[in-house]
Amino acid sequence: MRSAIPPASAALALAALALAALAFAAPRPAVAADTPDPVADAAAFQKYFTNKFPKLKLEDFVNGPYSLNEDMHRQWVEKEEFPPYDFSLDLGKEMFAKPFKNGKSYADCFPNQGIGIRQNYPYFDAKEGKVVTLELALNRCREANGEPPFSYVKDEMAALTAYMAFTSRGKPFDIKIPNDPRALAAYQNGKRYFYTRRGQLNFSCASCHVQSPGQRIRAEILAPALGILNAMPIYRSEWGGMGTISRRFISCNSQTRAVPLDPQADEYRDLEYYLSYVSNGLPISGPGARP
Amino acid sequence: MASTIRVRATSTGDITEVQALIQHPMDSGFVKDAKGAIIPPHFIQQVTFEHDGKNVFVADWGTAVSKDPYVKFSFKGGKKDDELKISWVDNKGASDTTTAKIQ
Amino acid sequence: MSNPMRALIVVLSSAWLIAGAGSAWAAGSETDFKAAYAAAEAANTQAGALRDQWTVTAAALAAAKKAAAGGDFDQAVAHAREAEALAKASIFQATSEQEAWKNLEIY
Repeated sequence: MRSAIPPASAALALAALALAALAFAAPRPAVAADTPDPVADAAAFQKYFTNKFPKLKLEDFVNGPYSLNEDMHRQWVEKEEFPPYDFSLDLGKEMFAKPFKNGKSYADCFPNQGIGIRQNYPYFDAKEGKVVTLELALNRCREANGEPPFSYVKDEMAALTAYMAFTSRGKPFDIKIPNDPRALAAYQNGKRYFYTRRGQLNFSCASCHVQSPGQRIRAEILAPALGILNAMPIYRSEWGGMGTISRRFISCNSQTRAVPLDPQADEYRDLEYYLSYVSNGLPISGPGARP
Repeated sequence: MASTIRVRATSTGDITEVQALIQHPMDSGFVKDAKGAIIPPHFIQQVTFEHDGKNVFVADWGTAVSKDPYVKFSFKGGKKDDELKISWVDNKGASDTTTAKIQ
Repeated sequence: MSNPMRALIVVLSSAWLIAGAGSAWAAGSETDFKAAYAAAEAANTQAGALRDQWTVTAAALAAAKKAAAGGDFDQAVAHAREAEALAKASIFQATSEQEAWKNLEIY
């Protein structure tokens, strides 16, 4: 039976926030964040991680924690012979080929019949003025053809994106930011979201994935932010099943004790846009498996 | 319907290495669903690998084995193109079986 | 006085106020609860507009409501005040992070 929480803990939270803000207020050139330069950002981003892990090749980053720890690497190599995402991948292949009730299929909604295109997502849609992710495009395809949408976070959506990622394995991320101020704003918003602290635990995505990759958070080894989306969707042992990019964003939010947003909220779409862009050039390795 | 058992067996010299991935919920009976009701136990009780009429690997499983179990082991004997038969039985009486050729 | 220093003093003094206020006003009636809950909810809604609500705030609000439903207004008021403090902390976080995020950015 819980007793009343002493208000002092809230006070501590406030104090901790202020101290954290102070601790990381390192001086930096005033120019950088106000006029976004994605090309420079991506170069700096990749350089930060390759400097931090000089023994890794650029493409190693797509395997996250498995590239940062000997023991985990060995287990992962073994597991890849018979990966846990196999069932979902097979299901995705079946689902992708099956026509809708109206006779059309997913192939009709995507360039190149939907094969080998995953590395181009997300993209900025000029007509809509927003970022469109692969998950969003799949559900829109379903709805445009009279089919009910899938949950964004697992099961069927994960199976479909697993198959589409598989057809793009090895292809480097090729995210484009067109010469459109709205696209640049979306990119910048995603970047802002990535570095912004949130939740009672006051973590930003960067707190774990930029400041502490290779280190442990409880029993897990943290993945570097570079290449972090390349293996998606993933079979996560912790989930006992598949999860999509939106599932991971949602669970990361709740893990920092922040109330998660809707699976395809603007912030998440922009975040995916930013994270994918700064990993341009790294190969798609999905679907993947993680602890 | 597709088999729940995926298997790969490779033979080098007189050792055959076998890997299998079995699709099964392996519910322990301790987990509650979203509404708070216990998900009843549903797990493989025995899995058997048979070669040349003999059991080369038998496992008695329980609730501690996780979902979609993966098994890897080696046995002496077995050569390329020999058949390997894998079967499992769960606590609800369901079962599945498959045969694979050793590579 | 530098801005971060000022911010720290504001935060620590408001934290002290909350801590002090909490213990003095822990004993409550239904009216106290309603006022405390409304204040907490308002702050949490504001945090929502800033897209930074905390799960613990929602939990404290739920606990407050549950205690009130059971007639324990002392507990209900305590939970509601905790929820308000948490919601205010989340607002502080969202507002200060509007600029502070740039300090974490790789460049």
